[in-house]
Amino acid sequence: MKFLEYQAKEIFAAAGIPTPRGKVAKSPGEARAIAEELGGKAVVKAQVPIGGRGKAGGVAVVADAGQAEKEAARILSMEIRGYPVHEVLVEPAADIQAEFYLGITVDRARQAPVLIVSSAGGMDIEEVAETQPEKVAKVWLDPLLGLLPYQVREACYRAQVPAELVKPMSALIEKVFRVFKEQDAILVEINPLALVGSGQLVALDGKMETDDNASFRHPDAKGVDEQAEHPLEQKAKELGLSYVKLDGEVGIVGNGAGLVMTTLDMIQRSGGRAANFLDIGGGAQAEVVRNGLSLILSDPAVKSILINVFGGITRCDEVAKGLLSVIQEMEVKVPIVVRLAGTRAKEGRELLAAADLGGVRLETAESFQEAARKAVELARG
Amino acid sequence: MSILIDTETRVLVQGITGREGAFHTKQMLVYGTKVVAGVTPGKGGERVEGVPVYNTVREAVEKEGVNTSIVFVPPRFAADAVIEAIDAGIRLVVCITEWIPIHEMLQVTAYARAKGTRLVGPNCPGLISPGKSLVGILPGSIFRPGPVGIVSRSGTLTYEVVNELSTRGIGQSTCVGIGGDPIIGTRFIDVLKLFEADPETEAVVMIGEIGGSDEEEAAEYIKSMTKPVVGFISGRTAPPGKRMGHAGAIISGKTGTAESKIEALAGAGVPVADTINQIADLIEERLPR
Repeated sequence: MKFLEYQAKEIFAAAGIPTPRGKVAKSPGEARAIAEELGGKAVVKAQVPIGGRGKAGGVAVVADAGQAEKEAARILSMEIRGYPVHEVLVEPAADIQAEFYLGITVDRARQAPVLIVSSAGGMDIEEVAETQPEKVAKVWLDPLLGLLPYQVREACYRAQVPAELVKPMSALIEKVFRVFKEQDAILVEINPLALVGSGQLVALDGKMETDDNASFRHPDAKGVDEQAEHPLEQKAKELGLSYVKLDGEVGIVGNGAGLVMTTLDMIQRSGGRAANFLDIGGGAQAEVVRNGLSLILSDPAVKSILINVFGGITRCDEVAKGLLSVIQEMEVKVPIVVRLAGTRAKEGRELLAAADLGGVRLETAESFQEAARKAVELARG
Repeated sequence: MSILIDTETRVLVQGITGREGAFHTKQMLVYGTKVVAGVTPGKGGERVEGVPVYNTVREAVEKEGVNTSIVFVPPRFAADAVIEAIDAGIRLVVCITEWIPIHEMLQVTAYARAKGTRLVGPNCPGLISPGKSLVGILPGSIFRPGPVGIVSRSGTLTYEVVNELSTRGIGQSTCVGIGGDPIIGTRFIDVLKLFEADPETEAVVMIGEIGGSDEEEAAEYIKSMTKPVVGFISGRTAPPGKRMGHAGAIISGKTGTAESKIEALAGAGVPVADTINQIADLIEERLPR
């Protein structure tokens, strides 16, 4: 789950990490009222779960409440890289003396959390690592030992954090690590972490992403589910289906993530585009097949459907039964290509051959390639 | 020969009384695997498919001489189950469970490394040495003994490849499903090293997918291998930033793209197949006659 800036900052603040005293506005009027409360001068920031909003024009520094209202109106009508802006965060403009970067993330290759500190904040950290590597310190943490005091010191010194800031910075790093652990985060990032006029280090921005597998430990977490943005993805989630909406016209049903990904690739090789990713998983029963198919049938972009199942634990006759129940109960206007292989594939094919399909066009295919080709042809009409 | 499991493998099933555990215990027994014990806390003394159930792993190890464990325990309790197996001295632990939290997996993989236990998975179909032992949920009937080693992040896709190979009369030495999670115990490079050292394996199929950089790391190692490797990468058309079914199958920024993996493999002299049939073609060409 990804957290919007203000959601991350609420968690930071609760952990004792200083943040600006901002508020969220859903309308230009609300933004005006907040700016007035803050004394006029403020920053208005789009709340989207994606980086690069500054470059896209999603952040504005305003001199008074009237300007805050105007800029909020502009930003609230924006769509930043596919994300419509529903909320803006209005915060007092900070008196920035210096900017740092502080982050903890999971390094997949090293199978360990990595602490990253930089004395060049406010910029893309990967860029800084390339252009000014001497200002970036990366320290990998042993998952069994956690964050050790010497590692915190080492990160600060190596990142060229000024001597007088090492102590407060170290205290902040420990708080960020606590957030990382307690929230089951896979990324916690403060960029920039600013030294302000008062001499305090303040989290001017905040980013957090948590592990969905640990959501049972955080039932009240308020974030953005980036795997369920499209209405069809939300519906899939309710049905417990592993589904991703894509841009094409061939609806896909398959079992196993690798097999379904390969099916999408084969559709493209055959000159078409897949409308979705849908994995009905191992051992799928007829009902899962039914739910998945009805979801795909409700997608107006779908012009043909390819069902590609290799029966291991999944039994192909169960898949066929699911398909037939959909055909009997729902209005199926698009042609369907079915390819069944493996466990009980013959029984599955026989069930389909013997069934009354009404007016539904159903074709079978022997091979992966043939199935993809047929589905693409049928989508073209 | 084969790698990791053979006729000497004596298997403990953790979570044996659950639906999945019981079902696959039966499948493994039918295949001929020596499933000698099960563990479900509180169900000690029961039997599942004739296999004695114990309350703790230590007891199962002492009474039944277990050397391998397969874990079907639900995600919230799976990390604890794996560590229980490690502490009982089991050398190979295969974790089938999906949805284990990442922070727990970081600790479990670090602990397994520290104790010298090999962990396969989580979120994996397990492994099979055809004709000898099945420790997993793979459909045994499609495999046949032979010279090809297979290592894969995927389940069903692997069955497709195996089915194609077996249909052409090409058997397998061992097939290892390493799992679709971002943090896994055994990675491509670990299995490739075992295949390189296994006298029975003559060629290797490596089935990767988008996400992470394990394929790139493996490609570096393949440069030093004497045995031919054929690659496959799924998810070439997947959009960035979206998890494609597997928790680990996600392109994050510039990392984890199919192009990067294909390029790395090509750089190591590994032919990367475009289709499943082509994997079998490439293997056929490379097997000594």
